[in-house]
Amino acid sequence: MRFRAKIVDLACLNHFSRVVNTIAKLAKTCTLRLTVSKLYFILSDKVLNGGVGMWCELNQGNFFDEFQMEGVSAEHNEIYLELMPENLSRALKTAHNAKAVKMKLTNKHCPCLRVAVELPSLSSSSRIVTHDIPVGVIPRRLWNDFREPSVPDFDVSIYLPALKIMKSVVERMRNLSNYVVIEANLSGEMNLKVETDLVCVTTHFKDLGNPSWALEDGCQSSQDRDPESMAEARIDIRKLQQLLAGQQVNPTKALCNIVSKRVVHLILLHEDVSLQYFIPALT
Amino acid sequence: MKCIIIGGNIKVLGRAVHSLSRIGDELYLEPTENGLSLRSINSSRSAFASFLFAPLFFQRYEAGGPELFRCKVLMKSFLGVFRSLPSLEKTVEKCLILLKAQLSRLVVQLHCKYGVTKTHNLTFQECERLQAVFDTQQCASRLQAPAQLLAEAVVHFPPALAEVTLRVDAGGKISLRNYVDEGEPTKMMVTELCLAKEEFEAVAAVPDSHITFCLREFRGLLSFAEASHLPLSIYYDAPGRPVIFTLDDAVLEVNLVLATLSDPESSSQHPTSNGVSHIPAPPDDFADDLEAYMIAMETSAYEESSRDPPTPSFPLRTPQPPPSDPNEEDEEEEGGAVPGTPPHKKFRSLFFGSVLTPGGPNPAPVQEVLAEDSDGEY
Repeated sequence: MRFRAKIVDLACLNHFSRVVNTIAKLAKTCTLRLTVSKLYFILSDKVLNGGVGMWCELNQGNFFDEFQMEGVSAEHNEIYLELMPENLSRALKTAHNAKAVKMKLTNKHCPCLRVAVELPSLSSSSRIVTHDIPVGVIPRRLWNDFREPSVPDFDVSIYLPALKIMKSVVERMRNLSNYVVIEANLSGEMNLKVETDLVCVTTHFKDLGNPSWALEDGCQSSQDRDPESMAEARIDIRKLQQLLAGQQVNPTKALCNIVSKRVVHLILLHEDVSLQYFIPALT
Repeated sequence: MKCIIIGGNIKVLGRAVHSLSRIGDELYLEPTENGLSLRSINSSRSAFASFLFAPLFFQRYEAGGPELFRCKVLMKSFLGVFRSLPSLEKTVEKCLILLKAQLSRLVVQLHCKYGVTKTHNLTFQECERLQAVFDTQQCASRLQAPAQLLAEAVVHFPPALAEVTLRVDAGGKISLRNYVDEGEPTKMMVTELCLAKEEFEAVAAVPDSHITFCLREFRGLLSFAEASHLPLSIYYDAPGRPVIFTLDDAVLEVNLVLATLSDPESSSQHPTSNGVSHIPAPPDDFADDLEAYMIAMETSAYEESSRDPPTPSFPLRTPQPPPSDPNEEDEEEEGGAVPGTPPHKKFRSLFFGSVLTPGGPNPAPVQEVLAEDSDGEY
């Protein structure tokens, strides 16, 4: 098992660092899956995470200038690592003006992902900072726990409003309640709603648009659905706030699939990054 | 005591207070003929800092006659006056510090733009002299670097990190690495930074030497040093011996003394490594009691202090005279922390001995809080 990668381009480095920062805000520990062409940050929806799942996918070619990996075996040419994304985020934080960042899998005292940052200096030789991030190597037999989640059989799929606006709305609602009801229909309407004994607050979003793919190859349930009828899910508001406040990828497209009373599936799409986030509905 | 500070120097003073506030909860003010000295020490006696502002730093400086007065104020209240550095720079034109002994008030007056005057009347406590005993001349290693270099080096370490190890390897390469206790399971990210010798202004270090010290207080000094564009000197010796950081300027002298983590193997022979050179003790009848303390605090009467040198250099002597007080010896062997204060892991506490001149004009044994902790135990 070998892994070695290098980023030289500053824009790529900062972009990668933003993705990692986003992940660090969403998960304390996560799984980093490495394949020949892609990197994945995965949080599988165990009870431990409150049922929240995350799937983030990047094309390595868009970030790395060098990327060599050798998986556990020829037919399973992949590596699964468990790490704390906060560590990786911290290592990259002070690398914003680096000449190069190298990542390497090492095993000296314990398995580590070594991030070596080459910084410009006043002298002829550059400053080298190395961060040894402890990782756990996930054995082959557990890989099945980290399979790509299938898109749920949703009732409604809708584009999200500007995340900034949504964030400020959710932040204020957070002061009122721990839960938010997110509801949407197929006529481009979405509501965010908090209900407490004292107050009921609803924010209405209109003309958001529904992705066409949802109608074409989408699901049975959404095809013969009344376009006006709302599908709703009550979720932990902190989980939603975490995503809205922590995301740094500035997606070109953001959408939301709702399986009524079961799950909210949020998708943030950027050119070369996709982030999926699953928040279970509460009863 | 009366002093007036104007212009950019107000901000310098403010930054010094911010830096001192990282050390302890009390600020010691001592006006001397050589200038105004501000000092602080932390609760576990493992960190001490002093800022000496020369008379030239002030527009006007009066130490206040032969009877010099020392006092300490709560750090929180003094820091409150200088809390916002940007507004200090923008609005304050003149700062007046006045010690009204009769009224028992330390008055800090900020004369701002548009004729606004802010007056802070702070209560204070009279106190003994706070003095750390250290001598940079006796340190085997010395490094000097622009503060910016060191500031850029420490940003790579997480803000919560407690200790960092500074190492000069056999090849002269200088590295900083976060300290990980061997006993601890290594779930922690280990960060190491290597700096080339050429980036330093002076390197006179024993090859393959290292020390481990607290980052928090050092960061405080660095932010002051970086803003003042002063080079920082680091003096250190064997692990377990204090590390001294100094900044020198025409009108300013800054010392930060930090305890370092002792190596298990080297700590046993540690006390004998003191007497590198034989420094004559000051003509002080209780210097004996202080010997072999890494840092001792001296309490002296008023008339004495005026002739005391502002730069501390005392009793690191060879330990041949038998200790007069067996208790003192115990304390030194113990090498642990001052009871009742949270020690920093294996840090050898920088002991402070406190002695009061018998018959001094201000015998205030009730205020000897600093010594009480260590003495009371035995």
